[in-house]
Amino acid sequence: MNKEMITGVQLQCCHCGEDCATDKIRYDDKIFCCEGCRMVYQLINKNNLCNYYSLNEKPGINQRVEVRKDKFAFLDNEKIQEKLISYRDENQLRATFYLPQMHCSSCLYLLENLHKIDKGIISCKVNFTRKEVDVVIDLSSSNLRKAAELLASIGYEPYISLNDLNEKRAPIDRSMIFQLGVAGFCFGNIMLMSFPEYLGVDASEEGLRSIFRWANMFLALPVLLYSSLPFYQSSWKSLKHKFLNIDAPIALAIIITFIRSAYEVISGTGGGYFDSMTGIVFFMLAGRLIQDKTYRQLSFERDYTSYFPLAVSVLKQGKEIPTTLPDIKAGDTMLIHHEELIPADGILSKGKAFIDYSFVTGESLPVLKEVGEIVYAGGKQTEGNIEIFVIKEVAQSYLTKLWDQQEMKSAEQKKGISFVHLLSRYFTYMVFAIATITAIYWLLHDRSHLWPAVTSVFIIACPCALLLSNTFTNGNILRILGRNHFYLRSPATIEDIAKIDHIVFDKTGTLTSAHEQEITYCGEELDELQHSEVAALAERSTHPLSKALSKHLGKTKMEVEHFKETTGKGIEAYINDTFIKIGSADFVGANINDEQNDTRVYVKADKKIMGYFRFSNHYRNAVVPLMKELRRQYQLSVVSGDNASEKNNLRKMLGETPAILFNQKPEDKLEYIKRLQKKGQRVMMIGDGLNDAGALKQSDVGIAVAEQTNNFTPACDAIIEAKQLKCLAQFIRVCKANKNIIIASFVLSILYNIIGLAFAVQGNLSPLVAAVLMPSSSLSILLITFGSSTLLAKWMKLS
Amino acid sequence: MSVIIVLLIASISVASLFLAAFIWSVKSGQFEDDYSPSSRILFDDKPSDPDHTL
Repeated sequence: MNKEMITGVQLQCCHCGEDCATDKIRYDDKIFCCEGCRMVYQLINKNNLCNYYSLNEKPGINQRVEVRKDKFAFLDNEKIQEKLISYRDENQLRATFYLPQMHCSSCLYLLENLHKIDKGIISCKVNFTRKEVDVVIDLSSSNLRKAAELLASIGYEPYISLNDLNEKRAPIDRSMIFQLGVAGFCFGNIMLMSFPEYLGVDASEEGLRSIFRWANMFLALPVLLYSSLPFYQSSWKSLKHKFLNIDAPIALAIIITFIRSAYEVISGTGGGYFDSMTGIVFFMLAGRLIQDKTYRQLSFERDYTSYFPLAVSVLKQGKEIPTTLPDIKAGDTMLIHHEELIPADGILSKGKAFIDYSFVTGESLPVLKEVGEIVYAGGKQTEGNIEIFVIKEVAQSYLTKLWDQQEMKSAEQKKGISFVHLLSRYFTYMVFAIATITAIYWLLHDRSHLWPAVTSVFIIACPCALLLSNTFTNGNILRILGRNHFYLRSPATIEDIAKIDHIVFDKTGTLTSAHEQEITYCGEELDELQHSEVAALAERSTHPLSKALSKHLGKTKMEVEHFKETTGKGIEAYINDTFIKIGSADFVGANINDEQNDTRVYVKADKKIMGYFRFSNHYRNAVVPLMKELRRQYQLSVVSGDNASEKNNLRKMLGETPAILFNQKPEDKLEYIKRLQKKGQRVMMIGDGLNDAGALKQSDVGIAVAEQTNNFTPACDAIIEAKQLKCLAQFIRVCKANKNIIIASFVLSILYNIIGLAFAVQGNLSPLVAAVLMPSSSLSILLITFGSSTLLAKWMKLS
Repeated sequence: MSVIIVLLIASISVASLFLAAFIWSVKSGQFEDDYSPSSRILFDDKPSDPDHTL
């Protein structure tokens, strides 16, 4: 048997690379784990696309779970089509599908050669970063539904959600890149043409010098009128709110520099500071762009519409009619198929519901509901089909109503003002003071120096160094955190994280792992043979409990005969002539004497009930050390929607001080955060499911935990990959260091400013001095910010 | 002296050409997806080209 187990490990499906239970599914001397994989291979082979397999090792997507035949029937509906199609004429239509399964160059190869598999596809273009395909479909031989079914049949099932019904996404705003490009162009050329200014020209070529100056002025115009627009807009906005942000003095400096320089050129008294002005705009725009780098593959804005399907089947006079969610009315009967999401609250009218609420609560074990019970929207049916009598429309459902509450909408205004703006305000006051003193001095002594001196002060003292150090440090820290799988929504989040003093955790799915269970066996000891018999049986079913049990017991290779699965109850089969049954208590016929709070799977071998496996939460390994570290600096709380059965366990892990609350409904969690905030605390909420969504938004920093980043996460300020939760304390420390780095580089830039000011107040700031000071201060700031934040990450042992 | 002016005009027009090329490349979405083109070039047979179909 041992030997068999070893060979069993080596048998991997040629399509998807998963272990095969048998070696009977073959084609072309290749072994497959299931019929689905073999069919995909045949299709690919028939169309001469076997490059798919040579580009990457076993790139396929497992086909064990079949896609329901009529799943995409709703795509025949004209109204739905309209929302998905980007272009159509009589012969063809163009649509974009989101394919979350796309993961390697083989996928790219296969999808872009889709027209070879099906003549109805004219072309198919992949955008890998967004995991989207742009398909052009020939209407004479295919349609939208057929294209979606074709994609599903080769393993790339398009993900179409209710969100697609909403307005089309706004195109990406690229104006910032253009502004940067224009500024760079002007900056480079002005620098080049300023050489006569720096080096001086012969008196005989005086005419040449003025040509260069005029050319510089014209080149500076696009920077003044186009590239600097973001600074004008932002400062205007802030002034309207009676608040002086960092962009206001910068915009002022840009305008003053231009006016003074233009005056010099026109009057023929000098060359102006066009080079410094365009250069600084260029660097500042570059910093902004680095800081605003977004994770295009992630979304921080998701609400329930991206989880919900676009349409479900509604039964009308015995017929299944695909209906879009907004059209579902109370009193309709929905038919929910296997593995489909329940979109509206209702009463179960037919079938047995095994509902996986992991989207909502983070708890992955399905809940059993019988006919007549109320089922809430957001769960996924896991076993067979059910019918639900709708009592509340989609928008009125318990879960979706959470989004319409007032605090969810006004959540945007809660954010504080960045210290950078406050710092720049002091800075601006100082500059005004220096300018006034300079003005008074020259007014008394020599009026001809007055204007040159005052304008030079403004030119030199613009807080662009502060802006540069801020944007470049933020940008680099976002990048470092991103490399460590902690993705922030915006640079402002760094500062919010640095300020928190209370951390609230959700339990299920956050502290515990949604995909692992702690399994303990109680009852009569199973011998080695029985152990592997149970393992072999569990391996055959796709039920979450079976899968968990199979993982717990390990792999075996035994013949399973007369396998039978009773939906919602258990599985049975003959193995080695032993009749094994595993499942719920009444399935195997066990008496339950003690009250059950936990999930159990009973085992019956032949006629004897051996015992049961108990399933409980599995805490992530990192929880204990993380809590220990965080406890020293922060107040901690745990809020859980579950009952208090885990209380002692949690108390042991968290220590005495943290608050632990159980039986918390989504709105209770939100209220809890609000209460803490009223006490003046700044709260970080860490959660995963839709039931945490309210709390995540209400909190000062909401962090969503995701097992994989392409999984869905509720709207939040940051997304952390579950395996990186252990580094949370380091991440917070990096965010705190951010402020120190910015201030340090700002202090340095003030030194440059003082040197510059020394020239400026005397009224003889030569273009050469400005041209040397400006790039050297910018460059040294870049070096400091990048260098110190990178060193910091190294020191924290982050990659 | 007039030679320098000709040179000046020439150099700025060449630079503007590059600026135009940059703006075009951003507009046409060349920086949108940095993975597909590098893999696509390694495929042996010619992939579909949607620009010729619409």
